[in-house]
Amino acid sequence: MANQAWGAPRLSGPQPVAKPELVAADAQSGPLIRTGHNRFADSFFYILVLACGICVLALVAIIVYELTSKSAPTWHAFGWKFFFQSDWDPVNDHYGALPFVYGTIVSSVLSLLIAVPLAIGVAVFITEMSPPWLRGPLAFTTELLAAIPSVIYGLWAIFVLVPLLRLYVQPWLARYFGWTGLFEGPPFGIGMLAAGIILAIMVVPIISAITREVMTAVPQQQREAVLALGATRWEMIRTGVLRNARAGIMGGVILGLGRALGETMAVTMVIGNRPEIAKSLFAPGYTMASVLANEFSEASGDLYLSALVEVGLALFLVTIIVNIIAQFLVWTVTRGTPARGHA
Amino acid sequence: MGVGIQVEKLNAWFGKTQALRDINITMAANHCTAVIGPSGCGKSTFVRCINRMHETIPEAHASGRVRIGELDVYNGTSATSIRRRIGMVFQKPNPFPTMSIYDNVAAGLKLNGFRDRKQLDEIVERSLKLSALWEEVKDTLKKKSGASLSGGQQQRLCIARALAVQPEVLLMDEPCSALDPISTGKIEELIFQLKERFTIVIVTHNMQQASRVAEFTGFFLLGELIEFDKTEKIFTTPSDKRTEDYITGRFG
Amino acid sequence: MPDSAALPSTTLPPISLVRRATDSLVTAAAVGAVILVLAPLGAIFGYLVYKGIGSINLAFLTQTPKPVGEIGGGMANAIAGTGLILLIASVAGVPIGIGAGIYLAEYGQNRFGDLVRFTADVLNGVPSIVIGIVAYAIVVLTQKHFSALAGGVALAIMMIPTITRATEEMLLLVPHIVREAAYGLGVSKWRTTLSITLRTATSGVITGIMLAFARVAGETAPLLFTAFGNQFWNWKLNQPTAALSLQIFSYAISPFDEWHRQAWAGALILIVLIVGAVSAVRLAASRGTLKGAN
Repeated sequence: MANQAWGAPRLSGPQPVAKPELVAADAQSGPLIRTGHNRFADSFFYILVLACGICVLALVAIIVYELTSKSAPTWHAFGWKFFFQSDWDPVNDHYGALPFVYGTIVSSVLSLLIAVPLAIGVAVFITEMSPPWLRGPLAFTTELLAAIPSVIYGLWAIFVLVPLLRLYVQPWLARYFGWTGLFEGPPFGIGMLAAGIILAIMVVPIISAITREVMTAVPQQQREAVLALGATRWEMIRTGVLRNARAGIMGGVILGLGRALGETMAVTMVIGNRPEIAKSLFAPGYTMASVLANEFSEASGDLYLSALVEVGLALFLVTIIVNIIAQFLVWTVTRGTPARGHA
Repeated sequence: MGVGIQVEKLNAWFGKTQALRDINITMAANHCTAVIGPSGCGKSTFVRCINRMHETIPEAHASGRVRIGELDVYNGTSATSIRRRIGMVFQKPNPFPTMSIYDNVAAGLKLNGFRDRKQLDEIVERSLKLSALWEEVKDTLKKKSGASLSGGQQQRLCIARALAVQPEVLLMDEPCSALDPISTGKIEELIFQLKERFTIVIVTHNMQQASRVAEFTGFFLLGELIEFDKTEKIFTTPSDKRTEDYITGRFG
Repeated sequence: MPDSAALPSTTLPPISLVRRATDSLVTAAAVGAVILVLAPLGAIFGYLVYKGIGSINLAFLTQTPKPVGEIGGGMANAIAGTGLILLIASVAGVPIGIGAGIYLAEYGQNRFGDLVRFTADVLNGVPSIVIGIVAYAIVVLTQKHFSALAGGVALAIMMIPTITRATEEMLLLVPHIVREAAYGLGVSKWRTTLSITLRTATSGVITGIMLAFARVAGETAPLLFTAFGNQFWNWKLNQPTAALSLQIFSYAISPFDEWHRQAWAGALILIVLIVGAVSAVRLAASRGTLKGAN
C-alpha cells in the first residue's frame, strides 16, 4: 500500500546541463561524462578471453590428434600385440614395447614403495608433531625438492647415487637378500634399483604436499574427539586424521604415480637403457619415457617413428587416467579447492 | 540540483525467487528518503534496482519502470550509462586497493575517458571537500593508498568518489553499518549537507538514523512496500500495523 | 551431597607400555623419514656447490663449448639459448594463459568453464616428453628441421595451464565489492576487469607467471627433439638452439671428465636461477605484498 509522499514531490529538478557551482567556468555543457557506452567493446573482450579458454581445449585436442594420427601405421601393423611383444628391433622394423611397459611399471611401483612411507612420515611430522616454528621451513624445504629439475637429479644420481649403490648398497643387498632373486647379477650401480630410488626422491614432495593438505583439511574436532577418549598421539593421528584423510592420501599417492610414470630425464640417465625384462633389480631396464628420450631424435623410417609415437600415446593415456583418478580422490576430501599443479 | 525518482510496478527476482513485488514509489528531488525494514525485506535489492546493479548478480533480473527525472532507467540506454548518472556508496567501504587517494576519487572520471588534468585536480578537490575529507588528506593525496585510511575515512573517500562524477542521485546502502559512532555521525552530517545538491536514497536498519537524516521513509517487508510517508509520520503515527510492530521493536 | 567415600574407584590402569612404546616408535619413525627425505636434498645442493663452484668463472659464462677433448670453453650459448626459448614460449604462453584465467574467473562459473578448468588440470599432468612429441609433430615436421621455435612451442604448451590456474585463483581473491565499486561508477565490464580487477591481482599473477617460468626453465625432455641443441651461438628462431638443461644432459652422459666438470657448473647455475626465482616468489607471497588480496 504505497502512498504518495505528502506534498507532491518535484519530479524533475533542473536538467543536468551545466553545473557552474561544481565545475570550472569553461566546462562543456552536457553531462560531465559522455553517456555513450561501447557495447561492442564488452562483447569483443568476452570473445577474446573465451578464445583463450578454447585454446586450452584445443591444445588437448591437438595432442590427441597428433598422437593418434602419427602412431596409426604401427597400430595397423601390430595392433594390440605391440604392447605384449618384447623384441624391439628397429633394424628389421619389428617393434614390441613390452620391455618399456614392464620397466615403467616396475620403476614406478618400486619408487612408490620407497616414497609413500617416507612422504606420509614427513607429512605426519610436519602437520602433527613438529614445533610451530619448524613447520614453515620444513614445508618450504620439501617443496624445494619439487623445484629441482629432473636433469639435475639425473646428474647427481649418475655421479653420487650410482657409485654409492655399486660400492656399498648393492653388495650388501646381494649378501643378505640375494635369496629373493631380486638382487642378483653384477652390481653395476646403474639399473632398475637406481631408477626406483631417484624416482622415489622426486616423487616424495608431491605425495607429501597432498597428504599435508588433506590432513590439515580434517577438522580439529575430529582430533579432539579421539584425544578426549584417552588416546596417545599416534593413536589420535591414526584414527582421527589419517583415517579421515584416507581418500585424499590415496589421491596423493596416485598423483605421485602419475608423476613417476612420465618422469624422463633422471630415469634415462641411470636405468641402463637396455630393452630387457629381468627379475633382478640390479639389471638394466628401459622405460617408455626413456626410449622416447633416447631414440626419438634419431628415428629413421616411418614405422620406427610411428612406433615411438605409439609408445608416447600409451604413456599419455595412462598418465591422464591416473591423474584424473588422483584428482577426483583428492577432491572428495578437500571439496572443490583446486588440486594444485606440480611444483 | 537533484532530480526525483519515480518507480512503477518494480518486480525483482533472484533466479526463481521473487525479491520485490510491485513496488510503486516516488522519491522527492533534493530530499533524503530512507528505506527501512527487517533483514531480507528487499531494501538493498530495491536500491540496487534503481541503478541496475541488481543485474550484475548471475540469474538476477527485474521488471518495471524506473524514471530518474526524464531518464527511463530500464528502457533506452545501457546499464553502464545509467550508472554514470547515479552514485552508489556500499555497506563496506570499498576503495580501490591499488590506487592512491587522488586516483580513487578520480577513478570514475578517468575510467570513462575524462583526461583533462587541471579539471581533474579541481573536481577531486571539490569532491573531497564535499565529503568533508579534504582537510585530512590534502597533503597525502597521491602518496597514500586509498586502503590505508581508517574505516570512516574510507567511506568518505567512497562518497567523494561517487560524487566526483557529478551524479544527480546518490544511493547509499547501509553506509554506516560497518563504522564506529563518531564516523557515523560525520557521515550523517554529510548527508544533511549533500541533500541540497543531490537526491539521496539511504538504506538503513537503524531507525534513529532514518529519523535523523531523512524527510521521507519507506518501510519494506518481505519484498513489498508497506508504507511510505514523511519520516515524522512513520515513526509517530504509522498507518499500517506492521509498520508499527517493526518500529516498536516487536520483530526485526 | 553424595559421600565421596561411597563412589566406586574410577582410577584407570596406566596406559599400557605397548601403546606408549608404539607412540614413541612412530615419532622416531617420522623424524627418521624427515631426515631421510632432507638428506638427498642437502646432498644434491652440497654436491652442486662442491663440484660446480670451482668451474664457474667468466670464461664459463661467456664462451661456447670447445671441441671434444679440449679443456675449457663454456655454456654461454646454452644460457642464452634457454633465454631465447623462454622468450618465445612466453610470447604465446603468457597472454593465452592470462586470457584463459580471466575467462575462468570472470565469465566461467558455468559448465563450459568447468570443462576448461578440468582440461587445464589434465594438460598439467601430461608428461613433458609427450608434449615434446606433439611440438615435434606440429613444428619440426612441417619445417623439416629442429628449431628454437619448436622448443618455445613445447614450453608454451607447458606454461599455459599453470598460468591459467594461477591467474584464475588470484582474480577470484579480489573481493567482489571492488568490482561492484567500479560497476557502480558506470565502468563497463571489460574496463573493470582490466583496470581494476586484474590490476588489483597483479602481484599474484606475476607470481604465477614466475613459477611457470621456474618450472619450464629446467625442462629437458621436451627440448630433446625440438630445440635439439647447438654447439654455437644461435639467435634465429628456426634453427636448433642450445639450452642449459640440454647441455647439462649431453655433458653428463658423455664419457669425458672435462664435460662432467662443466655439467656440474651448468647445473649449479640452473639451480640457482630456479631456486632463486621460487624463493623470491614465496618470500614476496608470505610478506603479503600481494596487494588487494588482503
